[in-house]
Amino acid sequence: MADAVIVVALLLVALSATAAVAVRDPARQALVLSVLGLVLAVLFTVLQAPDVALSQLAVGSALTPLLLLLAVHKVRRRGKKEGHHR
Amino acid sequence: MSRRARLWLVAVGGAGLAALFVAAALDLPAFGGDHHPYGDRAVHAALTRRTANVIASVNFDQRAFDTLGEMTILFAAVIGCVILLRRTHDEHRGRPAPEKVARPVRRYSLLVLPVALLTGLYVIAHGQLSPGGGFQGGVVAATSLHLLYLGADYRALERVRPVALYETGDAIATSAYVVTGLAGLIGGSAFLANTVLPYGTFNTLSSGGTVPLLNAAVGMEVACAVVVLLARFLDQTVEIEEGNGK
Repeated sequence: MADAVIVVALLLVALSATAAVAVRDPARQALVLSVLGLVLAVLFTVLQAPDVALSQLAVGSALTPLLLLLAVHKVRRRGKKEGHHR
Repeated sequence: MSRRARLWLVAVGGAGLAALFVAAALDLPAFGGDHHPYGDRAVHAALTRRTANVIASVNFDQRAFDTLGEMTILFAAVIGCVILLRRTHDEHRGRPAPEKVARPVRRYSLLVLPVALLTGLYVIAHGQLSPGGGFQGGVVAATSLHLLYLGADYRALERVRPVALYETGDAIATSAYVVTGLAGLIGGSAFLANTVLPYGTFNTLSSGGTVPLLNAAVGMEVACAVVVLLARFLDQTVEIEEGNGK
């Protein structure tokens, strides 16, 4: 039973990690990354490492996507402005 | 370097790394076995110092010096970000107009904010007893403040978040960790040695000697560092505009 849960969690991680690489739009990538963080947190919990799972949840699915989205927003705004001036 | 040579270099390097990985993996103990020599010793050491969360004991007692390194890395990274993302002389600070926030978003983010903040502080305070600790709780507490940006607007966030205060807090917390370490050197036996304070009663908030102190220092450092980091990113995104090109 426990093995089945681990296998499912591992498959979900592989799936969402592949999706994070396959998605090319950075804004969407940030969202997929946050899903990946969530799934990794589940995997760590299943493997009885709740400390690591908590770090993963806080950093991987909240902080990193947030920083990414802010950076993408800034870059896009600059691109729009330059296009406007030309 | 030509394209061909570069490909060769990657292929050779990759093959070497793969071979080392396979060799290392073959020598690993089997997955999920019940023989954990390191784990047994870590648990034993944690219990003799009456620290209920063995991970906290590993982080802040058995490998406290290692944690000092990690903490310094975060501190240095934040300083680097602050320097890189500062306002340069050809940029000016705009005044962002408040955006209209959808009512459900406003309601739920303001509802979740105190719960998330309390959860973060709880996780920091109970780091030596239950899963979590300064790092995890610090990130939760710091990100929870930013629900105010989601639910109200940037001005409201700026009012509850004087960045200079958090920058000072970051430095003070990092120093507090080092000072606790020095106390171990002076009053005990070695730098960061957990021999200064009584170990207390097992599974209470004050148990574990210096573990709760170091844990709290890391909690404060991480919370301040994340707030400063996000503040710089938000500044760049929301407020700072480039000069009209010279």
